[in-house]
Amino acid sequence: MITIRNISKKFDGHLVIDGISATFEKGKTNLIIGQSGSGKTVLLKSIVGLHDIDEGEIYYNDIRFDTLDLKSKKLIRQKIGMLFQGAALFDSATVEENVMFPLDMFTELSRDEKLDRTNFCLKRVNIINANHLYPAEISGGMKKRVAIARAIALNPEFLFCDEPNSGLDPKTAVVIDQLIKEITEEFNITTIINTHDMNSVMGIGDKVIFIYQGKKWWEGNKENILNSNNKELNDFVFSTELTRKIKGF
Amino acid sequence: MRILSAFEMFGEYMLLLKRVFSKPEKRRVYYQQTIKEIDKLGFQSIGIVTIISVFMGAVITLQTAYNMENPFIPNYLIGLGTRDSMLLEFSSTVIGLILAGKVGSNIASEIGTMRVTEQIDALEIMGINSASFLILPKIIATVIFNPFLSVLSMMVGITGGWLVGVFTGVVSTQEYIDGVQYAFIPFYITYSLIKTVVFAFLITTISAFYGYRVQGGSLEVGRASTQAVVMSSIFILLFNLILTQLLLS
Repeated sequence: MITIRNISKKFDGHLVIDGISATFEKGKTNLIIGQSGSGKTVLLKSIVGLHDIDEGEIYYNDIRFDTLDLKSKKLIRQKIGMLFQGAALFDSATVEENVMFPLDMFTELSRDEKLDRTNFCLKRVNIINANHLYPAEISGGMKKRVAIARAIALNPEFLFCDEPNSGLDPKTAVVIDQLIKEITEEFNITTIINTHDMNSVMGIGDKVIFIYQGKKWWEGNKENILNSNNKELNDFVFSTELTRKIKGF
Repeated sequence: MRILSAFEMFGEYMLLLKRVFSKPEKRRVYYQQTIKEIDKLGFQSIGIVTIISVFMGAVITLQTAYNMENPFIPNYLIGLGTRDSMLLEFSSTVIGLILAGKVGSNIASEIGTMRVTEQIDALEIMGINSASFLILPKIIATVIFNPFLSVLSMMVGITGGWLVGVFTGVVSTQEYIDGVQYAFIPFYITYSLIKTVVFAFLITTISAFYGYRVQGGSLEVGRASTQAVVMSSIFILLFNLILTQLLLS
């Protein structure tokens, strides 16, 4: 479980995240939604420690993360998997080397054991016969799946996904969403997903937090998001003509 | 304001070096990375160093010959002039400037691209010291291998001078060899190698620094690459002056 309390972050005096508190539960897909520029990515990067927060507290299970020294943070980070917006695969390494990389760095497994684990992770994300291809040689959807395989290679307790569907066609986006959902439940991971894709929200949103102008504006789940009377949330969720007609605006 | 900015950048550079020279997470992986970098930054520079050295040795021989058309000046001084030019300046400083262009831009653009595509963030999330993992193997590779390039340049340059000297008839083989052996000071080689090692360190760290601090997109990566080459070249010339005064005075 991850808990954040009143976290704030400024860039050049400008408040990007303003006193956000939330709890992200284990085995559930927790979605952070909001318009582009609302502070979602900064919030996610602050939680994983890529940005130092100016105020507030971050807890991984019961351990306060934001005040830890770098060495202790590294230990926590080894329990974190992250899927970046552009997949962030290492260009100079093959698919197999990308997935094996965390195993090389943090385990004492033999070469065969590492290869077994790598193949298991790749199979889990439905990547077959692509071990020796380079990231430049595979599609955007495959890159995302390889990145998920790399993220779960060390059996993480926490999984972060920054806009996992960006740049993907709707069908592939659903596949990636379902994969993240299945992995979250199967391995009992605390998963936090940044997205502005309403299909993701309606498909896998066990818990949804809506960020507006750097503040937590609304919290709920995929069922009650449709019935909310929150104006800013409705403006965001029902932004297209079609959805507005469905809602009856 | 510019002076303050220069001090800030120097401070950032020193902080980056502090991170680079911290304890590696896994020595075996760093060792493998270093071998890869020796191939990429060292072996793949042999071609350009050979071609430029052979032509420069040839041109130095011809220029020395055409500027010494005096019966009182013995021809063997052509060989001596070529040898000293290659040993004292060309094989260390000029090769350093050429490598600043080739290797420096390669390092800055590689690390810069990794930064803007979030590959460096991915390393940090895994709990890896990205500065050390990416930069230390490059420093070790160039500091170890560039002296070999320098010695190769000396040998090839002097040979190039001999070939063109004999071919054009400005000097005989015996005169050239006499000149190369005349008043030889072995310390010149040590001096050249010391400069090469210092230049290798400067090229790698300055280029890595500019690549590592890139923010933005491909335009900024290109700009960082250019800045890396310019600053590496300036510092090579500055340290050439300092080292020459320290070592030869």
